[in-house]
Formats: sequence, structure tokens, C-alpha cells
Amino acid sequence: MSMLHWAVFFPFVAALFVPLMYKRFRWIHTGWFVLIIPILLFIYFFIFIPKTSNGEQVMASLAWIPSLDVNFDVYLDGLSLLFVLLITGIGALVILYSIFYLDKDKEKLHNFYVYLLIFMGAMLGLVLSDNLIVLYMFWEFTSFSSFLLIGYWHHRERSRYGAQKSMLITVLGGLSMLGGSVLLAFMGETFSVRELIGKSGELTAHPLFNATILLILLGAFTKSAQFPFHIWLPDAMEAPTPVSAYLHSATMVKAGIYLVARLSPVFAESGLWLWLIAGFGIATLFWGSFSAVKQTDLKGILAFSTISQLGMIMSLLGLGAAALHYETMNENIYMAATVAAVFHLINHATFKGSLFMAAGIIDHETGTRDIRKLGGLMNFMPITFTITLIGALSMAGVPPFNGFLSKEMFFAAMILVTEMDLFNLDTWGVLLPVIAWTGSIFTFIYSLIIAFKPFTGVFRPEMLEKKPHEAPIGMLIPPVILASLVIIFGLFPNLLASSILEPVVAAIQPGLAKNEFHVHISPWHGFQPELFMTIGVIIFGVLLYLTLNKWNKIYGILPDRLSLNSFYDSLLKGGEKVFISITKLFMTGYIRTYLVYIFLFFIVSLGFTLFWKDAFAFDSENTAPIGIYELILATIIAIGAIAILFAKSRLTSIIILGAVGYMVSIFFVLFRAPDLALTQLVIETISVALFLLCFYHLPKLPSRKEERMTFKLNNALISIGVGVIVALIALSSHSNKLFDSISGYYLENAYKEAGGKNIVNVILVDFRGLDTMFEITVLGIAALGIFAMIKLRLTRRKLTDENE
Amino acid sequence: MEVLMAVVIGILFMSATYLMLSKSILRIIIGTGLLSHGAHLLILTMGGLKRGTVPLLGEQAKSYVDPLPQALILTAIVISFGVTSFFLVLAYRTYQELGTDNMDQLRGKEANE
Repeated sequence: MSMLHWAVFFPFVAALFVPLMYKRFRWIHTGWFVLIIPILLFIYFFIFIPKTSNGEQVMASLAWIPSLDVNFDVYLDGLSLLFVLLITGIGALVILYSIFYLDKDKEKLHNFYVYLLIFMGAMLGLVLSDNLIVLYMFWEFTSFSSFLLIGYWHHRERSRYGAQKSMLITVLGGLSMLGGSVLLAFMGETFSVRELIGKSGELTAHPLFNATILLILLGAFTKSAQFPFHIWLPDAMEAPTPVSAYLHSATMVKAGIYLVARLSPVFAESGLWLWLIAGFGIATLFWGSFSAVKQTDLKGILAFSTISQLGMIMSLLGLGAAALHYETMNENIYMAATVAAVFHLINHATFKGSLFMAAGIIDHETGTRDIRKLGGLMNFMPITFTITLIGALSMAGVPPFNGFLSKEMFFAAMILVTEMDLFNLDTWGVLLPVIAWTGSIFTFIYSLIIAFKPFTGVFRPEMLEKKPHEAPIGMLIPPVILASLVIIFGLFPNLLASSILEPVVAAIQPGLAKNEFHVHISPWHGFQPELFMTIGVIIFGVLLYLTLNKWNKIYGILPDRLSLNSFYDSLLKGGEKVFISITKLFMTGYIRTYLVYIFLFFIVSLGFTLFWKDAFAFDSENTAPIGIYELILATIIAIGAIAILFAKSRLTSIIILGAVGYMVSIFFVLFRAPDLALTQLVIETISVALFLLCFYHLPKLPSRKEERMTFKLNNALISIGVGVIVALIALSSHSNKLFDSISGYYLENAYKEAGGKNIVNVILVDFRGLDTMFEITVLGIAALGIFAMIKLRLTRRKLTDENE
Repeated sequence: MEVLMAVVIGILFMSATYLMLSKSILRIIIGTGLLSHGAHLLILTMGGLKRGTVPLLGEQAKSYVDPLPQALILTAIVISFGVTSFFLVLAYRTYQELGTDNMDQLRGKEANE
């Protein structure tokens, strides 16, 4: 167990102590205790930067289920380090923010911080584990803790709806990812990601390879809210704002991106992988930014913008996979897409976190997040306005912020794609930069809406629940830190280049690590096409923003009925209805129906097997001769069995049943079974007596009339089928005797070993005495049961009366 | 003989099935009675018929009939008697408590809602 393992377990262990701290120190906000944990972890992980930037990796193993090759192996390289720094760094800021956001007297803080710590530990485990099964375990832990956090205010109906929706969608993806992992392990014969990467060449040729890609990507797309699985993210905005800032912008939604990046070296040889990721990513980018413009809720806009930005990162990762197809370094310009993806991932975490926190401040200080009610807050909240402006402009891609740089790199990568001579990218690839550019215009528009709608324009105090004022200093510190990072990374992007970006790219594209490559991001790179694209975005964006009221009617074209949300809802409701009606269809509650199923199954399965195996056999050679007594008896039994069906009164049928029973005992006499005949005679007598008793005590009910059974063709057919099948099986098994009986042994040894001459009785009490003991038990239980049934009268007579 | 018995057993099973598909509880129990007769005869027939004398060693015969199926049937008779008597008393209590012997009326509560 290494320090890295302890680092993953640390939040889980700490979560155990949170309720204790909460109960013991009520006067201190519990968040202060929790805050220490991510700070310590952040410092711990920060020390690894020099190591990973030298290209070193840290490995540690902890045996869990070694016999199944499931071990908690941690593996820290550039990619994992980037994620753990994001998780712990933003985690610390979010906890600081939440201390001021959540009231210590009104909220159940212990629940909140326990959930949050579980989430943090799960996220750390997810990005650090090298074993696919352990990765999956942490993956589901994040889904689960996210479910708890979204439903934190569980008394609200919308929170429960959002929590359920996100749970269903992410668990759907999680399970599919588990399937993909198992297939991958099956193909590569190991659960270790590192070893799988080493085997990527032989995996590509495997027939299950494409199925694995689809399953893994379904998991990644649902978690990272890619089109069309993005619908859970806007509903997850019912969570407290710190949760939205942490989970739904910086960490959990990037788990899918992490997975794609981590497994890229395994799958990137495949064109399917490249096209799926790039295609879904770009579609998500466009649809997310297009939908964001019509939102009226601040967090709704931010949710759709997160979706759109995740799509952008995803599409870049897809294109970055193309770099694997080029050997020489000079040609390998496609690596730039991966650099852009990673750089934007960092940038997005910084500016989106600050924007969420700013939105939370507005909500906290005014009581609403609706942009139609907000306006003119600039004078009341100058600091919040500055933070929002920096974040929004960075998101829009305006210099000098970091979003500008990553957007430029994004455009550059998209233009490069059209030159690629792989997988038809040189023809259809033209669509990618066009869609990307259009999507970016919408990104620009909603960024301006976030930045200006709440802060400029008319101030309408009558619409607000509270008198607005600037937030407390503690709430401002985290977004201020993030906003300053936005500017620092914007002005000095090469701070990150060699320390973070290069090891990450080396982890995503390990084949390239052998070559010398350096990431250099320059804020000014001359008059390239991407610069003109950015200028175009700004011009069109501003024009469209100013004329927003004139063209936003196009959002009414697509009715709500056709939206993905209502599709999801109707799938859920419709599914429930369909399955209830299917269940009602065959679970009728009538015992007759169920008996029909059972008999039909009996007929069909046995009849089919007989037919299939050609088991019909008719062998009369080995049979005993038919005597006149047997013939008469058989005729009587057959007539009796059929006559019962036509008996009008119950008394007649009981007597016929008794007659059949006595005939059977005479059969036993004829077939040389004296003990059977005796028993059968006695028991038949008692049974008939019981039947008569039962019949005699029938209550006099007006509805109960003595009547003949009505003939039903279906029942008749089924019963004839059953009879025929039984007779056929009897014939067939009689004609296909395979072995001799073992009874010779009993005949020889009954007297020698057991000292008895009645062989049947010796078998019953000596050779096979255990059967007899339990048969006695059965009788005893039946007797006790009958006694209890008659004596115990815990009736619910009142209840039955009410029902009538 | 075995062929004849197979036919008789088939008829017993047929009637039993038809009775069990009916509405009245009493007829269903009569059906189970016929079914167990059929099953017992089936076991006996499958063991082979009339291949010797009664399985009593005092007879000093050359061959005896197979004693094992007889022991099995004896056990089965007793068990089916126990179950049938329990079932009958259950039916009797059902009449008393619920006042009907019609299986169509004896449905689960949920189905009635």
C-alpha cells in the first residue's frame, strides 16, 4: 500500500469523521474541517509535477482479488496528474465557496460533505487506477455520489427528477462501459490499461474490436453529456451551485473525456473511433451552444455551454487520434489537436468554475437566477461582474484570455483535418470546420448574454426577492482565484506547456513520446486562417447578439413535443405503461390461465423433444400378455375416468373417483403387489370419506348450483394433448429400455442381509429407510397443518365483510 | 399389456387435466386424485408387468416381480394422501371463510382493483 493508495482512500476515511465533527462542533461550519483534505492532497500531488514532466511514471499495486486479476493498481502519469490537480484544486476552492454558500444552521451539512468527499475520493480513484474493473468501480461511485448530490434538496420534486434522470442515463452508460471493459480484457487477457496499450496492435485485428469501441464510447458519452445523452446535465442544475461548479463543470463530466484520452492509444488505430468521437463531439458542440442561447436560467445557460465545450474537447481528442497514423515528425501536425484538447480542458475548468460560482453569487444575493428578472446589477456587484466578464469573454474566445488561445488552436486543428487523407476525411471533413465555426458564433452569443444580461440594462428591484449587494469575501475568493488563473494562463500559456501539457500528450500518444516534441503556445502567431475565423466569430456574434430579439423565434420552430427531453420522458412513462399492460396481459390472476400455460409448455416442450429426437418407438415384443381380467379392469378405469367429466352432481363424481381408486387397487392385486393393494384400498376409503365430508359441509349458497361442466374446446384440446404426450412417453420409454433393473440385488440380499422375506417392506424400512422417515414426516406435517387450519381462527372477518 | 396400460394412463391424465382446468375447487381436487392414480400406474407399468410372482421370498419362486417400483409407489401413495387431505381441508376452510367454490372468484386482491 503506497502513499498514492492512501491519497485515494483519504477522502473516504475523512468522510467517516464528518458527521462526528458536525455533531461535536456545531458552532463551526463543518466545511472548514473538510477544506483541509483537498488542500493537503493538492500539495501532495503538486510535488509530482517535476517527476512527470521528466517523463517518469509512478506505479503501485495493491492486491484485491489477485485470482481474478483484479488489483487496485494505481498509475500516475501526466494525464492522471492533470486530473488529480483539477479535482483537488477546484475541490478546495469549491469547498471554500460552499462554506459561505450553505448556511450552517439551515442545511444538513454533514450529508453534503460526506457525499462530496465520497465523490472526490471516487474521482481520484477513477483517474489513478490502472485496472479496468477498479476504474469501473470508481466510475459507478461517482455516478452514485453525484445522484446523492443532485438530490441534496430532496424535498424538491425537480431535484428528485434530475437526480433520477442523471442516475438512469449515467448508469446505462456505466454498465455498457463495464461490458466494453470485459470485452477488452477478454481480447487482451488483462485488465491493466498499460498492458492493453502495449497490445493495441493485436487488438485491432480482433473481431470484437468494433463492438468494444461502441460499448466503451457509450459509457464515455453518457458520462460526459455528449449528444444525445446530454439531457441529464441541464436537469442536474437543481443541485446546490457548488456541486454544479465542481461536478458538472470541472470533474465528473470530464470522466468520459479522461476515459477517451486514456484509451486512445488502444483504439486510435481504428477509423470508427476517430469518426465517432469527432462526429459526436462536433454535433454536441453545435447543439449545446445552439440550445444555450434560448435558456433563461443562468445555470441552464451554463449547463448547455458545458455540454458544448465538452463536445469541443471530445472532437479534438477524436482528431488527435489521427496523429497515430503518421510516422514522421514533420508530417505530424495532428498532434496539435490533442494539445488543444488538453489545453482547453484546463481552461474550461478554470473559467466554467468561476462562472458557476458567479451565478451562485447572483442567485444567493438576489434570490433568482432568471435572466428575465435580473438587470443592472453592475453597480451593486462590481467584483462579481468583473469575474463574470473575464470568464464569459474567455469562454467566447476573446483575447487576452486563455479561451482565445484554445479556440484558436481548435480552429487550427479543424482546418488541418480537411487536409488529412484518411477515412474520407479529405471530403466529408470539410463539414467539421464549418459546423465548428457556426457553433462558436452561438458560443459567443450566449457568453455575451451571461456577461451582460444580469449586470447591464434596467435594474428592477421589484422582481427580486432580496435587496442585492456584494457577496461576502469568502464567496468571492474562489472565483477570483479562478479568474486570475484565466488571465495568467492567457498571458503566459507556456507556464503550462512543459510542466503539464507535454506529459499529458505523451500519455495520450505514447508512440510519439520517443520523438522529440515540444509544445509551444504563442499568443500571436501571425495572420493565419484561424485568426480570421475568430474575427468572423466576433463580428457575427456581436451582430446576432444585438438583434437577438428579432431572430430568437426560430427556437419556437421545434415544438417541445419533439425535443429529446420529452422523448426521454415518454420513453420512461411509455415503457412503464407498456410493461404494465404486458404483465396484465398474461398475469390474469385466474389459476386456470396459469395452468393452461403450464400444460401448454409441457405439451410443446416434450412433444417437440420427442419429435426432434425421433423418440417415437413402439415395441410390443417385450410386453406381457393381456388377460381378460386386465382388459375388463382397464375398460372400467377408462370409462370411469371419462364418466367423471360428464357427471352432473359432485356426489356422482366422488363415487366414480372412489371406483377408479378401487379398480387401481385391484390392478395392484393383478400385478402382484399385495402391499400396494392393501394401502390403496384403505387410503381410497379414507379419501372418499374426506371428499364426502367436504361435500357435505358445502355451505348453501344461492350461486352454487349443481351443474354439469360446460364443454370447452380449448380445455379439451389441452387435456387430450397432455394425455397423448404422457401415453407416448410411456410407450417410448418402455420400448427403449437401456439397462436392466437393479432389483436383483434386493431379491438376493433381502433375507441374507436384512433378515426379511417381504422384499417391499425390507426396501421401505431397511434398504431405503430414509424415504420412509420423511414420508412419515410429510404425514405428520399434513396432520399438524390440518389441525392448525381448523383450530386457528385469526380471521379478518371484518375485512372480508367490507370487501363484499 | 404395457401398451394397453399406456393408453389407460393417458386417459387418466387427460381427464385429470380437463378437471383441473375447471372452475370448481372440488373438481380440481378430484383431478389431482385421478392424476396421482395415473402416476402410480405409470410407475408400476414402467417397472415391467407380470414377470414373476409376488415379491415375497417365502414363495420360493424362480422369478419375482420388480419390488423397487412397488416401494416407490407405496411412498408416493402415502404422500399424495397427505397432500390431498390437506388440500381438501383447505378447500373446506375456503368455503367456510370466503363462501365460494368458484376459482374465478378466488382471485388475488390486486387483480380485483
